[in-house]
Amino acid sequence: MKINVEFFAAMREQAGTSKVTFDTSATTAEELFLELQQKYNFSLTLKYLKVAINEEYTCFTDPLKDGDTVVFIPPIAGG
Amino acid sequence: MFKISSEKIFPGDLIPEFNNPEAGAMVTFEGRVRNHNEGKSVTSLEYQCYKSMATKEGNKILNGAIKKFDILDAFCVHAEGHLRIGDIAVWIIVLSKHRDAAYEANQYIIDQVKSMVPIWKKEHYVNEEPEWVACHQCTGTHHAL
Repeated sequence: MKINVEFFAAMREQAGTSKVTFDTSATTAEELFLELQQKYNFSLTLKYLKVAINEEYTCFTDPLKDGDTVVFIPPIAGG
Repeated sequence: MFKISSEKIFPGDLIPEFNNPEAGAMVTFEGRVRNHNEGKSVTSLEYQCYKSMATKEGNKILNGAIKKFDILDAFCVHAEGHLRIGDIAVWIIVLSKHRDAAYEANQYIIDQVKSMVPIWKKEHYVNEEPEWVACHQCTGTHHAL
């Protein structure tokens, strides 16, 4: 299935792009992250990240569906 | 309402929009870019936002504050892009009948914004490479990412 992934902050710099459409067999955000980690070698590991699917915070173990937009959220620093 | 702004924030231009005759109190908070952090001299900041989600999360926080506290109105604007020392990064206004609720709600809003709204900060330093940094209240540690 195809998943849209957007990158922010350090992850955007490490990926070298702000968004990709990723053809994946991953069924959860956790599996997707591990695939992306192999491709982009992110410095942040899963324990420092949150995840949003279609602009809502969710669990790494929630199922993905075709066409979802996934964002791995590095530690935020607004304010 | 919650907004992300790529324009400079001028509270003086915003305050007249919040004119409610029922309000006996107006509390504002202004978060500014400071010239130091964790022992480093900061020259400027860069804020990056996941704008669509940040706006949604910010509005959830403001609506939550309106339900939780006895307030009349709440508004927050957060900057994105490159900011200089002294620039306003975030500005919050709360109106209420009496002051206690406005103070409490304002504090609640900034705390929630810092922990929930997807905004990231890159600090630029004197004589050092810029770094994306985390809010240490949120992660339990301050570190470059």
